Amino acid sequence: MNPLNGVAALGRGTIGAVRSTGTLTLFALNGLSHLLRPPFYGRAFLRALIDIGFFSLPVVALTAVFTGMVLALQSSTGLSRFSAGSAIASLVVLSVTRELGPVLAALMVAGRVGAAMAAEIGTMRVTDQIDALATLSTNPMKFLVAPRLLAGLVALPFLVLVADVLGVLGGTIIATVKLGFSVHTYLENTINFVQTGDVLSGLAKAAMFGFLIALLGCYHGYRSKGGAQGVGAATTAAVVSASVLILAFDYVLTELFFGQ
Amino acid sequence: MSTPKIRVRGLRKAFGDKQVLDGIDFDLMAGTSLVVIGGSGSGKSVLIKCILGLIEPDAGSIHIDGHDILRAPRDAREAARARIGMLFQNGALFDSLSVWENVAFGLLARHKATRADARARADDVLGQVGLAPSVGDLSPAELSGGMQKRVALARAIAAQPDILFFDEPTTGLDPIMGAVIDGLIVDCVKRLGSTAIAITHDMASARRIGDRAAMLFKGKVVWIGDASALMESGNAMVDQFTHGRREGPIQMELRR
Repeated sequence: MNPLNGVAALGRGTIGAVRSTGTLTLFALNGLSHLLRPPFYGRAFLRALIDIGFFSLPVVALTAVFTGMVLALQSSTGLSRFSAGSAIASLVVLSVTRELGPVLAALMVAGRVGAAMAAEIGTMRVTDQIDALATLSTNPMKFLVAPRLLAGLVALPFLVLVADVLGVLGGTIIATVKLGFSVHTYLENTINFVQTGDVLSGLAKAAMFGFLIALLGCYHGYRSKGGAQGVGAATTAAVVSASVLILAFDYVLTELFFGQ
Repeated sequence: MSTPKIRVRGLRKAFGDKQVLDGIDFDLMAGTSLVVIGGSGSGKSVLIKCILGLIEPDAGSIHIDGHDILRAPRDAREAARARIGMLFQNGALFDSLSVWENVAFGLLARHKATRADARARADDVLGQVGLAPSVGDLSPAELSGGMQKRVALARAIAAQPDILFFDEPTTGLDPIMGAVIDGLIVDCVKRLGSTAIAITHDMASARRIGDRAAMLFKGKVVWIGDASALMESGNAMVDQFTHGRREGPIQMELRR
Protein backbone atom coordinates (compact mmCIF):
# COMPACT_ATOMS: atom_id res chain seq x y z
CA MET A 1 0.00 0.00 0.00
CA ASN A 2 1.31 3.41 -0.96
CA PRO A 3 1.89 5.50 2.21
CA LEU A 4 1.11 8.63 0.19
CA ASN A 5 -2.50 7.48 -0.19
CA GLY A 6 -3.24 8.58 3.37
CA VAL A 7 -1.71 12.00 2.73
CA ALA A 8 -3.73 12.32 -0.49
CA ALA A 9 -6.93 11.42 1.34
CA LEU A 10 -6.15 13.99 4.05
CA GLY A 11 -5.52 16.59 1.36
CA ARG A 12 -8.75 15.78 -0.44
CA GLY A 13 -10.68 16.00 2.83
CA THR A 14 -9.10 19.36 3.70
CA ILE A 15 -9.82 20.80 0.26
CA GLY A 16 -13.39 19.50 0.45
CA ALA A 17 -13.92 21.05 3.89
CA VAL A 18 -12.52 24.41 2.77
CA ARG A 19 -14.66 24.33 -0.38
CA SER A 20 -17.81 23.50 1.62
CA THR A 21 -17.09 26.28 4.12
CA GLY A 22 -16.57 28.75 1.29
CA THR A 23 -19.76 27.70 -0.50
CA LEU A 24 -21.78 27.94 2.71
CA THR A 25 -20.32 31.37 3.53
CA LEU A 26 -21.13 32.69 0.04
CA PHE A 27 -24.65 31.25 0.33
CA ALA A 28 -25.11 33.02 3.69
CA LEU A 29 -23.79 36.35 2.38
CA ASN A 30 -26.01 36.07 -0.71
CA GLY A 31 -29.06 35.37 1.48
CA LEU A 32 -28.26 38.23 3.88
CA SER A 33 -27.69 40.68 1.03
CA HIS A 34 -31.29 40.14 -0.08
CA LEU A 35 -32.48 41.42 3.31
CA LEU A 36 -31.10 44.82 2.36
CA ARG A 37 -32.45 45.06 -1.21
CA PRO A 38 -36.13 45.30 -2.21
CA PRO A 39 -38.53 43.76 -2.97
CA PHE A 40 -39.19 42.33 0.50
CA TYR A 41 -41.54 39.42 1.03
CA GLY A 42 -43.30 40.25 4.31
CA ARG A 43 -45.78 37.37 4.10
CA ALA A 44 -42.99 34.82 3.58
CA PHE A 45 -41.17 36.26 6.62
CA LEU A 46 -44.29 36.16 8.80
CA ARG A 47 -45.02 32.58 7.75
CA ALA A 48 -41.47 31.51 8.65
CA LEU A 49 -41.61 33.48 11.93
CA ILE A 50 -44.83 31.77 13.00
CA ASP A 51 -43.49 28.39 11.95
CA ILE A 52 -40.27 28.78 13.92
CA GLY A 53 -41.38 30.97 16.83
CA PHE A 54 -44.94 29.92 17.54
CA PHE A 55 -45.13 26.26 16.54
CA SER A 56 -41.85 25.45 18.31
CA LEU A 57 -43.17 26.81 21.62
CA PRO A 58 -44.59 23.52 22.98
CA VAL A 59 -41.44 21.45 22.41
CA VAL A 60 -39.15 24.20 23.71
CA ALA A 61 -41.38 24.79 26.74
CA LEU A 62 -41.44 21.10 27.70
CA THR A 63 -37.68 20.81 27.23
CA ALA A 64 -37.07 23.86 29.42
CA VAL A 65 -39.38 22.81 32.24
CA PHE A 66 -37.90 19.31 32.49
CA THR A 67 -34.34 20.65 32.21
CA GLY A 68 -34.96 23.03 35.11
CA MET A 69 -36.47 20.21 37.17
CA VAL A 70 -33.55 17.84 36.50
CA LEU A 71 -31.00 20.57 37.26
CA ALA A 72 -32.59 21.33 40.62
CA LEU A 73 -32.73 17.64 41.52
CA GLN A 74 -29.15 16.88 40.44
CA SER A 75 -27.68 19.97 42.06
CA SER A 76 -29.44 19.24 45.34
CA THR A 77 -27.84 15.79 45.56
CA GLY A 78 -24.42 17.22 44.66
CA LEU A 79 -24.50 20.42 46.68
CA SER A 80 -25.97 18.86 49.84
CA ARG A 81 -22.69 16.98 50.28
CA PHE A 82 -21.03 20.37 50.83
CA SER A 83 -23.95 21.80 52.82
CA ALA A 84 -24.48 24.26 49.97
CA GLY A 85 -28.11 23.54 49.20
CA SER A 86 -28.93 27.24 49.08
CA ALA A 87 -26.85 27.51 45.90
CA ILE A 88 -29.39 25.43 43.96
CA ALA A 89 -31.28 28.50 42.74
CA SER A 90 -28.14 30.20 41.47
CA LEU A 91 -26.89 27.06 39.76
CA VAL A 92 -30.22 26.49 38.00
CA VAL A 93 -30.67 30.04 36.79
CA LEU A 94 -27.08 30.39 35.58
CA SER A 95 -27.13 27.05 33.78
CA VAL A 96 -30.46 27.78 32.14
CA THR A 97 -29.86 31.35 31.02
CA ARG A 98 -26.26 31.02 29.92
CA GLU A 99 -26.12 27.51 28.48
CA LEU A 100 -28.93 25.02 28.59
CA GLY A 101 -31.75 27.35 27.57
CA PRO A 102 -30.15 28.50 24.31
CA VAL A 103 -28.42 25.20 23.45
CA LEU A 104 -31.30 22.82 24.17
CA ALA A 105 -33.91 25.11 22.59
CA ALA A 106 -31.71 25.44 19.50
CA LEU A 107 -31.15 21.68 19.25
CA MET A 108 -34.89 21.04 19.51
CA VAL A 109 -35.65 23.70 16.88
CA ALA A 110 -32.90 22.31 14.62
CA GLY A 111 -34.63 18.93 14.70
CA ARG A 112 -38.08 20.36 14.11
CA VAL A 113 -37.61 23.40 11.89
CA GLY A 114 -34.21 22.81 10.24
CA ALA A 115 -35.37 19.43 8.96
CA ALA A 116 -38.69 20.86 7.73
CA MET A 117 -36.95 23.71 5.90
CA ALA A 118 -34.52 21.35 4.18
CA ALA A 119 -37.34 18.99 3.20
CA GLU A 120 -39.59 21.77 1.88
CA ILE A 121 -36.92 23.59 -0.12
CA GLY A 122 -35.37 20.28 -1.24
CA THR A 123 -38.73 19.09 -2.57
CA MET A 124 -39.15 22.42 -4.34
CA ARG A 125 -35.73 21.91 -5.92
CA VAL A 126 -36.35 18.37 -7.22
CA THR A 127 -39.85 19.20 -8.51
CA ASP A 128 -38.69 22.28 -10.48
CA GLN A 129 -40.55 24.69 -8.19
CA ILE A 130 -37.37 26.72 -7.61
CA ASP A 131 -36.85 27.00 -11.38
CA ALA A 132 -40.52 27.99 -11.67
CA LEU A 133 -39.92 30.84 -9.19
CA ALA A 134 -37.09 32.13 -11.35
CA THR A 135 -39.30 32.08 -14.47
CA LEU A 136 -41.88 34.16 -12.56
CA SER A 137 -39.38 36.99 -12.02
CA THR A 138 -38.77 35.96 -8.41
CA ASN A 139 -35.28 35.44 -7.04
CA PRO A 140 -35.45 32.17 -5.06
CA MET A 141 -32.77 33.37 -2.61
CA LYS A 142 -34.85 36.45 -1.89
CA PHE A 143 -38.18 34.63 -1.63
CA LEU A 144 -37.17 31.38 0.08
CA VAL A 145 -33.90 31.95 1.93
CA ALA A 146 -33.74 35.57 3.13
CA PRO A 147 -37.11 35.54 5.00
CA ARG A 148 -36.18 32.29 6.76
CA LEU A 149 -32.75 33.60 7.82
CA LEU A 150 -34.36 36.70 9.33
CA ALA A 151 -37.10 34.65 10.99
CA GLY A 152 -34.53 32.31 12.57
CA LEU A 153 -32.53 35.28 13.82
CA VAL A 154 -35.60 36.89 15.43
CA ALA A 155 -37.55 33.86 16.67
CA LEU A 156 -34.86 31.98 18.62
CA PRO A 157 -34.17 34.74 21.18
CA PHE A 158 -37.91 34.90 21.87
CA LEU A 159 -38.06 31.12 22.33
CA VAL A 160 -35.01 31.17 24.62
CA LEU A 161 -36.55 33.92 26.75
CA VAL A 162 -39.56 31.65 27.23
CA ALA A 163 -37.22 28.72 27.93
CA ASP A 164 -35.35 30.78 30.58
CA VAL A 165 -38.56 31.55 32.44
CA LEU A 166 -39.88 28.00 32.22
CA GLY A 167 -36.51 26.50 33.16
CA VAL A 168 -36.47 28.54 36.36
CA LEU A 169 -40.09 27.56 36.94
CA GLY A 170 -39.16 23.87 36.62
CA GLY A 171 -36.37 24.36 39.18
CA THR A 172 -38.76 26.21 41.47
CA ILE A 173 -41.28 23.37 41.34
CA ILE A 174 -38.72 20.77 42.43
CA ALA A 175 -37.10 23.07 45.00
CA THR A 176 -40.41 23.83 46.68
CA VAL A 177 -42.33 20.56 46.28
CA LYS A 178 -39.48 18.11 46.80
CA LEU A 179 -36.61 19.92 48.52
CA GLY A 180 -38.55 21.99 51.01
CA PHE A 181 -37.61 25.52 49.90
CA SER A 182 -40.20 28.27 50.11
CA VAL A 183 -41.18 29.80 46.79
CA HIS A 184 -40.27 33.26 48.06
CA THR A 185 -36.78 32.26 49.22
CA TYR A 186 -36.00 30.30 46.08
CA LEU A 187 -37.10 33.07 43.71
CA GLU A 188 -35.35 35.69 45.82
CA ASN A 189 -32.10 33.71 45.54
CA THR A 190 -32.65 33.39 41.80
CA ILE A 191 -33.30 37.10 41.25
CA ASN A 192 -30.45 38.17 43.50
CA PHE A 193 -27.96 36.00 41.70
CA VAL A 194 -28.86 36.37 38.02
CA GLN A 195 -27.44 39.36 36.13
CA THR A 196 -28.66 41.04 32.98
CA GLY A 197 -25.51 39.90 31.17
CA ASP A 198 -26.35 36.24 31.86
CA VAL A 199 -29.69 36.58 30.10
CA LEU A 200 -28.39 38.77 27.27
CA SER A 201 -25.50 36.42 26.49
CA GLY A 202 -28.02 33.58 26.17
CA LEU A 203 -30.20 35.65 23.86
CA ALA A 204 -27.20 36.59 21.71
CA LYS A 205 -26.31 32.91 21.43
CA ALA A 206 -29.92 32.16 20.52
CA ALA A 207 -29.87 34.68 17.66
CA MET A 208 -26.71 33.07 16.27
CA PHE A 209 -28.14 29.55 16.66
CA GLY A 210 -31.41 30.59 14.98
CA PHE A 211 -29.49 31.99 12.05
CA LEU A 212 -27.41 28.80 11.78
CA ILE A 213 -30.49 26.54 11.87
CA ALA A 214 -32.22 28.49 9.10
CA LEU A 215 -29.01 28.81 7.07
CA LEU A 216 -28.23 25.09 7.11
CA GLY A 217 -31.85 24.07 6.49
CA CYS A 218 -32.03 26.37 3.45
CA TYR A 219 -28.50 25.52 2.23
CA HIS A 220 -28.91 21.76 2.23
CA GLY A 221 -32.46 21.96 0.82
CA TYR A 222 -31.43 24.37 -1.93
CA ARG A 223 -28.58 22.12 -3.06
CA SER A 224 -30.45 18.82 -2.85
CA LYS A 225 -30.78 16.67 -5.95
CA GLY A 226 -31.78 13.19 -7.01
CA GLY A 227 -35.41 12.90 -5.92
CA ALA A 228 -36.73 11.56 -2.61
CA GLN A 229 -33.38 10.09 -1.56
CA GLY A 230 -31.65 13.42 -2.16
CA VAL A 231 -34.25 15.28 -0.11
CA GLY A 232 -33.84 12.75 2.71
CA ALA A 233 -30.07 13.19 2.65
CA ALA A 234 -30.46 16.98 2.68
CA THR A 235 -32.76 16.77 5.70
CA THR A 236 -30.31 14.62 7.63
CA ALA A 237 -27.39 16.85 6.69
CA ALA A 238 -29.30 19.96 7.78
CA VAL A 239 -30.03 18.59 11.25
CA VAL A 240 -26.61 17.04 11.85
CA SER A 241 -24.60 20.03 10.60
CA ALA A 242 -26.80 22.51 12.50
CA SER A 243 -26.46 20.51 15.73
CA VAL A 244 -22.67 20.30 15.44
CA LEU A 245 -22.33 23.99 14.57
CA ILE A 246 -24.62 24.99 17.46
CA LEU A 247 -22.31 23.20 19.91
CA ALA A 248 -19.17 24.58 18.25
CA PHE A 249 -20.48 28.15 18.19
CA ASP A 250 -21.66 27.73 21.79
CA TYR A 251 -18.05 27.22 22.81
CA VAL A 252 -16.83 30.14 20.68
CA LEU A 253 -19.46 32.53 22.04
CA THR A 254 -18.96 31.38 25.63
CA GLU A 255 -15.23 32.04 25.24
CA LEU A 256 -16.07 35.45 23.78
CA PHE A 257 -18.53 36.43 26.53
CA PHE A 258 -17.00 34.82 29.61
CA GLY A 259 -13.44 33.77 28.68
CA GLN A 260 -10.69 35.19 30.88
CA MET B 1 -36.20 39.73 -44.00
CA SER B 2 -37.68 40.38 -40.53
CA THR B 3 -35.75 39.67 -37.33
CA PRO B 4 -36.53 36.26 -35.80
CA LYS B 5 -38.24 36.35 -32.40
CA ILE B 6 -35.67 33.83 -31.14
CA ARG B 7 -32.32 33.19 -32.80
CA VAL B 8 -29.91 30.61 -31.35
CA ARG B 9 -26.41 30.26 -32.71
CA GLY B 10 -23.62 27.83 -31.77
CA LEU B 11 -25.11 27.04 -28.36
CA ARG B 12 -22.90 24.66 -26.39
CA LYS B 13 -23.20 23.26 -22.90
CA ALA B 14 -21.30 20.44 -21.21
CA PHE B 15 -21.78 18.87 -17.78
CA GLY B 16 -18.40 17.41 -16.86
CA ASP B 17 -17.21 15.46 -19.89
CA LYS B 18 -20.74 15.05 -21.30
CA GLN B 19 -21.44 17.48 -24.14
CA VAL B 20 -25.21 18.01 -23.85
CA LEU B 21 -25.57 20.85 -26.37
CA ASP B 22 -23.06 20.73 -29.21
CA GLY B 23 -23.61 23.78 -31.38
CA ILE B 24 -27.36 24.36 -31.62
CA ASP B 25 -28.54 26.73 -34.39
CA PHE B 26 -32.11 27.70 -35.21
CA ASP B 27 -34.36 30.69 -35.90
CA LEU B 28 -37.96 30.99 -34.78
CA MET B 29 -40.15 33.72 -36.26
CA ALA B 30 -42.71 35.61 -34.17
CA GLY B 31 -46.05 33.88 -33.76
CA THR B 32 -44.61 30.49 -34.74
CA SER B 33 -44.67 27.32 -32.64
CA LEU B 34 -41.65 25.02 -32.71
CA VAL B 35 -41.85 21.47 -31.41
CA VAL B 36 -38.55 19.94 -30.28
CA ILE B 37 -38.36 16.15 -30.27
CA GLY B 38 -35.50 13.83 -29.38
CA GLY B 39 -34.56 10.98 -27.11
CA SER B 40 -33.97 11.30 -23.38
CA GLY B 41 -30.70 13.10 -22.71
CA SER B 42 -30.56 14.68 -26.17
CA GLY B 43 -30.47 18.19 -24.65
CA LYS B 44 -34.06 19.40 -25.16
CA SER B 45 -34.69 20.56 -21.59
CA VAL B 46 -31.19 22.04 -21.30
CA LEU B 47 -31.87 24.05 -24.47
CA ILE B 48 -34.96 25.78 -23.09
CA LYS B 49 -33.35 26.19 -19.65
CA CYS B 50 -30.48 28.02 -21.37
CA ILE B 51 -32.94 30.37 -23.12
CA LEU B 52 -34.80 30.88 -19.82
CA GLY B 53 -31.54 31.72 -18.03
CA LEU B 54 -31.79 28.81 -15.62
CA ILE B 55 -28.56 27.31 -17.03
CA GLU B 56 -25.57 29.32 -18.24
CA PRO B 57 -24.35 27.99 -21.62
CA ASP B 58 -20.62 27.53 -22.26
CA ALA B 59 -20.66 29.19 -25.68
CA GLY B 60 -22.96 30.58 -28.35
CA SER B 61 -25.58 33.29 -28.50
CA ILE B 62 -29.31 33.61 -27.85
CA HIS B 63 -31.05 36.57 -29.45
CA ILE B 64 -34.59 37.59 -28.51
CA ASP B 65 -36.02 40.30 -30.76
CA GLY B 66 -32.49 40.89 -32.05
CA HIS B 67 -30.91 41.41 -28.60
CA ASP B 68 -28.25 38.97 -27.37
CA ILE B 69 -29.59 38.16 -23.91
CA LEU B 70 -26.42 36.35 -22.84
CA ARG B 71 -24.34 39.51 -23.23
CA ALA B 72 -26.99 42.06 -22.22
CA PRO B 73 -26.87 43.90 -18.86
CA ARG B 74 -28.56 42.05 -16.01
CA ASP B 75 -31.67 44.26 -15.99
CA ALA B 76 -32.21 43.83 -19.74
CA ARG B 77 -31.71 40.08 -19.40
CA GLU B 78 -34.26 39.87 -16.61
CA ALA B 79 -36.72 42.04 -18.54
CA ALA B 80 -36.40 39.79 -21.61
CA ARG B 81 -36.94 36.69 -19.51
CA ALA B 82 -39.94 38.21 -17.75
CA ARG B 83 -41.69 38.03 -21.13
CA ILE B 84 -41.34 34.24 -21.22
CA GLY B 85 -43.96 31.94 -19.71
CA MET B 86 -43.06 28.34 -18.89
CA LEU B 87 -45.11 25.22 -18.31
CA PHE B 88 -42.96 22.65 -16.51
CA GLN B 89 -43.19 18.91 -17.11
CA ASN B 90 -44.70 18.09 -13.72
CA GLY B 91 -46.50 21.41 -13.37
CA ALA B 92 -44.12 22.65 -10.62
CA LEU B 93 -47.03 24.25 -8.77
CA PHE B 94 -46.17 25.74 -5.38
CA ASP B 95 -47.58 23.34 -2.77
CA SER B 96 -47.77 25.94 -0.03
CA LEU B 97 -50.01 28.28 -2.03
CA SER B 98 -53.61 27.96 -3.20
CA VAL B 99 -54.41 27.49 -6.88
CA TRP B 100 -55.30 31.15 -7.44
CA GLU B 101 -52.12 32.31 -5.67
CA ASN B 102 -50.14 30.02 -7.98
CA VAL B 103 -51.81 31.50 -11.05
CA ALA B 104 -51.36 35.09 -9.89
CA PHE B 105 -47.89 34.51 -8.45
CA GLY B 106 -46.07 36.51 -11.13
CA LEU B 107 -48.39 39.49 -10.70
CA LEU B 108 -48.09 39.46 -6.91
CA ALA B 109 -44.33 38.88 -6.95
CA ARG B 110 -43.78 41.89 -9.20
CA HIS B 111 -46.14 43.93 -6.99
CA LYS B 112 -48.13 44.77 -10.12
CA ALA B 113 -51.54 44.08 -8.60
CA THR B 114 -53.34 44.16 -5.27
CA ARG B 115 -54.44 40.77 -3.93
CA ALA B 116 -58.05 41.53 -4.91
CA ASP B 117 -57.06 42.44 -8.47
CA ALA B 118 -54.74 39.44 -8.69
CA ARG B 119 -57.58 37.16 -7.57
CA ALA B 120 -59.88 38.57 -10.25
CA ARG B 121 -57.18 38.09 -12.87
CA ALA B 122 -56.53 34.52 -11.65
CA ASP B 123 -60.25 33.68 -11.92
CA ASP B 124 -60.30 35.07 -15.45
CA VAL B 125 -57.25 33.03 -16.53
CA LEU B 126 -58.58 29.89 -14.85
CA GLY B 127 -61.70 30.35 -16.96
CA GLN B 128 -59.55 30.48 -20.10
CA VAL B 129 -58.22 27.00 -19.32
CA GLY B 130 -61.67 25.64 -18.50
CA LEU B 131 -61.57 25.79 -14.69
CA ALA B 132 -64.20 27.34 -12.44
CA PRO B 133 -63.24 30.18 -10.06
CA SER B 134 -64.02 27.88 -7.10
CA VAL B 135 -60.97 25.76 -8.07
CA GLY B 136 -58.85 28.78 -7.14
CA ASP B 137 -59.43 28.13 -3.43
CA LEU B 138 -58.13 24.55 -3.57
CA SER B 139 -54.54 23.54 -2.98
CA PRO B 140 -52.57 21.95 -5.87
CA ALA B 141 -52.49 18.61 -4.01
CA GLU B 142 -56.29 18.39 -4.27
CA LEU B 143 -56.24 18.46 -8.09
CA SER B 144 -55.97 15.63 -10.63
CA GLY B 145 -52.98 15.49 -13.00
CA GLY B 146 -54.96 17.04 -15.85
CA MET B 147 -56.24 19.87 -13.66
CA GLN B 148 -52.71 20.53 -12.36
CA LYS B 149 -51.52 20.86 -15.97
CA ARG B 150 -54.35 23.33 -16.65
CA VAL B 151 -53.40 25.39 -13.60
CA ALA B 152 -49.74 25.32 -14.66
CA LEU B 153 -50.80 26.52 -18.11
CA ALA B 154 -52.91 29.26 -16.51
CA ARG B 155 -49.87 30.37 -14.47
CA ALA B 156 -47.70 30.40 -17.59
CA ILE B 157 -50.10 32.64 -19.53
CA ALA B 158 -51.31 34.87 -16.64
CA ALA B 159 -48.80 37.64 -17.37
CA GLN B 160 -49.61 37.46 -21.12
CA PRO B 161 -46.06 36.58 -22.19
CA ASP B 162 -45.04 36.91 -25.81
CA ILE B 163 -42.93 33.72 -25.62
CA LEU B 164 -44.19 30.43 -24.16
CA PHE B 165 -42.25 27.25 -23.40
CA PHE B 166 -43.88 23.87 -22.77
CA ASP B 167 -41.86 20.97 -21.35
CA GLU B 168 -43.65 17.69 -22.09
CA PRO B 169 -47.13 19.17 -21.62
CA THR B 170 -49.01 15.88 -22.09
CA THR B 171 -46.70 13.48 -20.22
CA GLY B 172 -48.62 11.36 -17.73
CA LEU B 173 -52.05 12.26 -19.11
CA ASP B 174 -54.55 9.99 -20.84
CA PRO B 175 -54.94 10.56 -24.61
CA ILE B 176 -58.19 12.50 -24.27
CA MET B 177 -56.83 14.81 -21.56
CA GLY B 178 -53.63 15.15 -23.63
CA ALA B 179 -55.69 16.34 -26.60
CA VAL B 180 -57.60 18.77 -24.34
CA ILE B 181 -54.33 20.26 -23.01
CA ASP B 182 -52.94 20.51 -26.56
CA GLY B 183 -56.12 22.31 -27.65
CA LEU B 184 -55.80 24.76 -24.75
CA ILE B 185 -52.14 25.37 -25.59
CA VAL B 186 -52.97 26.12 -29.23
CA ASP B 187 -55.84 28.42 -28.19
CA CYS B 188 -53.67 30.30 -25.68
CA VAL B 189 -50.77 30.70 -28.10
CA LYS B 190 -53.10 32.02 -30.83
CA ARG B 191 -54.99 34.34 -28.46
CA LEU B 192 -51.79 35.87 -27.10
CA GLY B 193 -50.03 35.83 -30.48
CA SER B 194 -47.09 34.22 -28.69
CA THR B 195 -44.05 32.47 -30.06
CA ALA B 196 -43.83 28.98 -28.58
CA ILE B 197 -41.34 26.17 -28.10
CA ALA B 198 -42.67 22.80 -26.92
CA ILE B 199 -40.69 19.72 -25.96
CA THR B 200 -42.54 16.47 -26.40
CA HIS B 201 -42.20 12.75 -27.00
CA ASP B 202 -45.86 12.54 -27.99
CA MET B 203 -46.09 12.59 -31.82
CA ALA B 204 -49.82 13.31 -31.88
CA SER B 205 -49.21 16.23 -29.54
CA ALA B 206 -46.27 17.44 -31.67
CA ARG B 207 -48.45 17.64 -34.79
CA ARG B 208 -51.28 19.35 -32.93
CA ILE B 209 -49.13 22.02 -31.24
CA GLY B 210 -46.34 22.77 -33.71
CA ASP B 211 -46.03 24.80 -36.90
CA ARG B 212 -42.37 23.76 -37.13
CA ALA B 213 -40.50 20.79 -35.67
CA ALA B 214 -36.85 20.10 -34.90
CA MET B 215 -35.13 16.93 -33.79
CA LEU B 216 -32.16 16.92 -31.44
CA PHE B 217 -29.67 14.07 -31.28
CA LYS B 218 -26.53 14.15 -29.16
CA GLY B 219 -26.82 17.90 -28.67
CA LYS B 220 -27.23 18.82 -32.35
CA VAL B 221 -30.25 19.73 -34.47
CA VAL B 222 -30.32 16.87 -36.99
CA TRP B 223 -33.54 17.92 -38.73
CA ILE B 224 -35.83 20.94 -38.82
CA GLY B 225 -38.94 21.33 -40.96
CA ASP B 226 -42.72 21.69 -40.94
CA ALA B 227 -44.45 19.82 -38.12
CA SER B 228 -46.93 18.47 -40.66
CA ALA B 229 -44.02 16.65 -42.38
CA LEU B 230 -42.81 15.03 -39.16
CA MET B 231 -44.09 11.54 -39.94
CA GLU B 232 -42.73 11.55 -43.52
CA SER B 233 -39.59 13.64 -43.09
CA GLY B 234 -37.31 11.50 -45.25
CA ASN B 235 -34.69 11.75 -42.49
CA ALA B 236 -33.74 8.28 -41.20
CA MET B 237 -33.29 9.45 -37.59
CA VAL B 238 -36.59 11.33 -37.49
CA ASP B 239 -38.42 8.43 -39.14
CA GLN B 240 -37.00 5.95 -36.62
CA PHE B 241 -37.95 8.21 -33.71
CA THR B 242 -41.44 9.19 -34.86
CA HIS B 243 -42.37 5.61 -35.78
CA GLY B 244 -40.74 4.16 -32.66
CA ARG B 245 -38.56 1.63 -34.51
CA ARG B 246 -35.86 -0.34 -32.70
CA GLU B 247 -33.71 -0.60 -35.84
CA GLY B 248 -32.20 2.49 -37.40
CA PRO B 249 -29.33 4.96 -37.12
CA ILE B 250 -30.13 5.75 -33.45
CA GLN B 251 -28.72 3.09 -31.17
CA MET B 252 -29.63 3.16 -27.50
CA GLU B 253 -26.57 3.37 -25.31
CA LEU B 254 -27.00 0.72 -22.64
CA ARG B 255 -24.71 0.72 -19.66
CA ARG B 256 -23.29 -2.76 -19.09
